[in-house]
Amino acid sequence: MSASATTPFRDITPGSQPPNDFPEYGSTHRRHPKLPLLRIPQTVTETTGPRFTRAQYPAMIDMSRIGGREAVGERIVVRGRVLDENGRPVPDTMIEIWQANAAGRYAHERDQHDAPLDPNFKGEGRVFTDAEGWYEFTSIKPGSYPWRNHFNAWRPNHIHYSLFGPGFATRLITQMYFPGDPLLELDPIFHSVPDEAARNRLIAKFDIEITRPEWALGYRFDFVLRGRETTAMEE
Amino acid sequence: MPIATASQTIGPYWHLIEHPEFADLTRFGAAGERITLTGRVIDGDGAPLADGCIELWQASPTAGETFPGYGRAAADRDGRFRFTTIRPGPLPGPGNAQQAPHFALSVMARGILTRLVTRAYFAGEALNETDPILSLIEDPARRATLMAHPAGTDTWHIDIRLQGEGETVFMEF
Repeated sequence: MSASATTPFRDITPGSQPPNDFPEYGSTHRRHPKLPLLRIPQTVTETTGPRFTRAQYPAMIDMSRIGGREAVGERIVVRGRVLDENGRPVPDTMIEIWQANAAGRYAHERDQHDAPLDPNFKGEGRVFTDAEGWYEFTSIKPGSYPWRNHFNAWRPNHIHYSLFGPGFATRLITQMYFPGDPLLELDPIFHSVPDEAARNRLIAKFDIEITRPEWALGYRFDFVLRGRETTAMEE
Repeated sequence: MPIATASQTIGPYWHLIEHPEFADLTRFGAAGERITLTGRVIDGDGAPLADGCIELWQASPTAGETFPGYGRAAADRDGRFRFTTIRPGPLPGPGNAQQAPHFALSVMARGILTRLVTRAYFAGEALNETDPILSLIEDPARRATLMAHPAGTDTWHIDIRLQGEGETVFMEF
């Protein structure tokens, strides 16, 4: 194993990540540790991680149809890059995607929201970045849906993502939001990120260059994963 | 320099990306001593983490074509999860220290904004006494929260308590 594959990752930037206890998001109340987290040095367990291959984890790049039958909703293409904190692309990394349908309903037994299911929309995708860190998938724009966090609570439109990156320390679960959504200001999950700039980086940008004429609206969304520490020489 | 993207909760509907076979790390034909790791996750009320996603990562044996080193399991309605894997060996630690065999575990769920990370060690393993991570924990009762215990043939079990009495040691790095 080369030295670079076990180089520790940079410290987390203060304010860029949500706290474990966030009272406005009621479910955190009984699900956060009350004792301080144990700060540990990054060992080979943290600096290395799993590798996912297209052969063992087949890609699912078009969520907008099943067996040629079109899902209902506004068709979208999401395209962007996965970079690290050193500005380097993260190639060949797996991105898992899941979301509600256009009516704001998940194809999930525990979602009892009174909105229609779409037989042509499952809501699961999986893509891999290319050698330059680019990814792209097709879907439909997810709808908003109510939840029981507080009176008249509605989640803004969002798509869930799961990324692994090069090490256990780079594991990322996040959500992407859409520009101009009036529910963002009212959403405690979005607002759990303390730093405003960090929060706003969770909002995709409408992109006319990604938009396909007569076909689908385009959105740009980049991910940044923790980067390995660099020496002064490399910088 | 760009800053790492913020974490958000995995939410209650992550099962859309659940594939039960991910919990079997031996499914690609890995060689080695096959073991089962079971666990149960409870919250600050003692209620099961019934919608939780548990991930396992082990750097030993080295991941490759036949062994992913990585698994994902859903906690069931009783908060229970199960992995089938290959027993890990010791690993290098900081400096000249040797790490005792262990699994890294991530707990994700509705109400967890950033995954909670912990480890599972094997109770009774001699190397635990000198493990550089366990050695950071002064209170023996706290250290004990990271121990999996024998629970039948080739099976080990660990309880994970998110909050309150017996709270599991969670880590940051």
